[in-house]
Amino acid sequence: MHTLFGENILSPPPQEEEQASTNPFDLAFNSNPPATSDASGGSSLQQNDWLTQHVQNLSVVDGATSYSHGEQSGPPPRRKGNPRLLFMGLRRCGKSSVQKVVFEKLPPAETLYLEATTKIERASMQSFMTFDSAELPTSLPVQSPDYDHASIFTNIGSVIWIIDSQDEYLTSISELLRLAVFLAENYPRINLEVFIHKTDGLSEEYKYDTFREVRQRVQDELTDYGYGDRPVSYYQTSIFDHSIFEAMSKVIMKLLPALPSMETLLTKLCSTCRIQKAYLFDTLSKIYIATDTSPTFLKDYEVCSDYVDVIVDIKQLYGWRDEGKQGDQNSIEESMVSFDKSGDTYIYTREISNNLSLICLMGQGSGPNMRPVLDYNVEILNGALQKVFKV
Amino acid sequence: MERSKRQKQRKVLLMGRSGAGKSSMRSIVFSNYVARDVRRLGATVDVEHSNIRFMGNLMLNLWDCGGQDSFVESYLTNQRSHVFTHVAVLIFVFDVSSKDTASDMLSFASTIRALHEYSPSSRIFVLIHKMDLVPPEEKTAIFQKKSSDIRKACEDEEFLPDQVGFWATSIWDQSLYRAWTQVIYYLVPNASAIENMLSKLADVLDARELMLYERTTCLVVTHISRGSEVKNPFADRFERLSSILKTHKHSMAKHTGTMASEVSFAEMQVKTGSFMFFITRLTENTNLAIVIANDEAAFNCARINVQLAKKEFAHLDIMEKKAKDPQRAARDSVAAEEDARGSEDGDMSSQGQPSDR
Repeated sequence: MHTLFGENILSPPPQEEEQASTNPFDLAFNSNPPATSDASGGSSLQQNDWLTQHVQNLSVVDGATSYSHGEQSGPPPRRKGNPRLLFMGLRRCGKSSVQKVVFEKLPPAETLYLEATTKIERASMQSFMTFDSAELPTSLPVQSPDYDHASIFTNIGSVIWIIDSQDEYLTSISELLRLAVFLAENYPRINLEVFIHKTDGLSEEYKYDTFREVRQRVQDELTDYGYGDRPVSYYQTSIFDHSIFEAMSKVIMKLLPALPSMETLLTKLCSTCRIQKAYLFDTLSKIYIATDTSPTFLKDYEVCSDYVDVIVDIKQLYGWRDEGKQGDQNSIEESMVSFDKSGDTYIYTREISNNLSLICLMGQGSGPNMRPVLDYNVEILNGALQKVFKV
Repeated sequence: MERSKRQKQRKVLLMGRSGAGKSSMRSIVFSNYVARDVRRLGATVDVEHSNIRFMGNLMLNLWDCGGQDSFVESYLTNQRSHVFTHVAVLIFVFDVSSKDTASDMLSFASTIRALHEYSPSSRIFVLIHKMDLVPPEEKTAIFQKKSSDIRKACEDEEFLPDQVGFWATSIWDQSLYRAWTQVIYYLVPNASAIENMLSKLADVLDARELMLYERTTCLVVTHISRGSEVKNPFADRFERLSSILKTHKHSMAKHTGTMASEVSFAEMQVKTGSFMFFITRLTENTNLAIVIANDEAAFNCARINVQLAKKEFAHLDIMEKKAKDPQRAARDSVAAEEDARGSEDGDMSSQGQPSDR
């Protein structure tokens, strides 16, 4: 039996014989020859899902109680350690600015006055989860064989290399290549992320050209070194808009072991409730830690992120009564705002836990009469997520 | 009731030295500019008139007067009577970072002298602008000093102390909205009637706070606080809300690809463990923000009750089909305007604003 947010979406799709007896609709699919490939098996499960949604909803309580993801499949996500990031790049490429803007909420305009970094600077942000970040000054010869690089690179999840796209970037690329080779040889588990930074000053066309050129060069060279198969991700970023937050979100998402489960949960929610896009936001940093599998657009993220600001501000204005004491634990914290007069499309927000919120962009056709369906399904999603994050 | 249906035109002069920030301010409040975009504005040549309809029956006739010395010279000489008659409010903007304070004061003094000559009963709002350029710890002291200097100049020109108000403003925070909210509150013709109706509504809803704001400018027209909400430590929450809503408007405009002036939402709800908050349309031009206790049933009741109360408030926004023509006539001929004002005397004095004749 697979319920909407039951156990099997968090584990690999169950074998067909496992669910044979419980699901009344399974008979038809069980008659498939056992030789069916995994892919078609998946799609039949998908149809199954739609057909049996009603039954699933009825029996969801059972599904939830039999849920046991945390115990069985490896250590729970938060035990695995917090996402640790390491910022690297040539001098004056914007490492400190990124770190300060994202993790310390420095207004972007004030990054102009930041001093050059001379020693390893660490910062951590306590939010829904703790983000640890560190910044390496350019002068440090970390790759030389006699340097104790282990002290820096062990426990690091991702290395972010920042390229100043407004500057001459060829030197930066060759440095990046040395780093990439170094990482591939010594720390193959570390993700390498490349931020093509300071794109705010470039025209749309030039921005794209730069992005493509950097990617092409790095990829070609890496292939020559024999590490072409190593995944390197590239992002266009700027601290003056939301692109840096979106890029950081994508970097962080890769480091979360629970990502596939969250992604599946959100995707299912989206298809059930006609949601255009759903995000799980870390409210404090405004980094999203999961989203559904549909393509992401910066525009959607922007409007959601701005709306989180609105809610936080309003909460601050009127939440003065219970400062210090804990509010009513049972009450649901939720919010919505419609886009236009018709009220047909809207943003829906629901707090999952302290500092973690679900934010949905509702598409066309999700008017007021869809609300009960949404409320019900979000409640279930909430329960499932609580279990995912339970330590 | 009949009286409140007539559209009221109020002349608002926006003056100050060149580069003080008059047009920037106007663009942000009334034309949905973002603070960082105002650097694109050029100098204002002569007077830019704009008519802004507020809540249906209040027409703000805003005169943005270019501040370059040659223009000011002409306002004070050959355009003197044209500019300074029938002024309801003068907003004078001082640039706090200005080096040339002596001539700022001189220009201010000659302006209010002319004002006193033609509209002695008008109100003066003095905005000490660009406060963001002053270090935070010196703000109060500088503001105090500036305003006492200016107050002296006003008294020299025989303006009563309560005719003059002082506000420290900056386009980079909500202080701009604080000043403009006061201007609007002073100008709204039937503010006390609206307040009465709103406080009745607040009693019915058992709301903690109601805020009525104008939709395009997001300026809070009036608000009702009940019970313990009066003790809310955020005394500046109304202008903060203006600022929050304005920012939200821009973000929505960016997302939907429309003009910021056209963006409007049907409803916004925020429910938390300690309060529930929603904003809904009240009339054609206004939205109502409501804060109530955390109670789902009361929340839904309140939503329905506000819908029901809408028609009670509908007369605040009389669509100006009928009123438009007399209005135009009134603008052309002084005599017609004087007539109209004559019949409004009672209403005006009820808000403490004597007729300017």
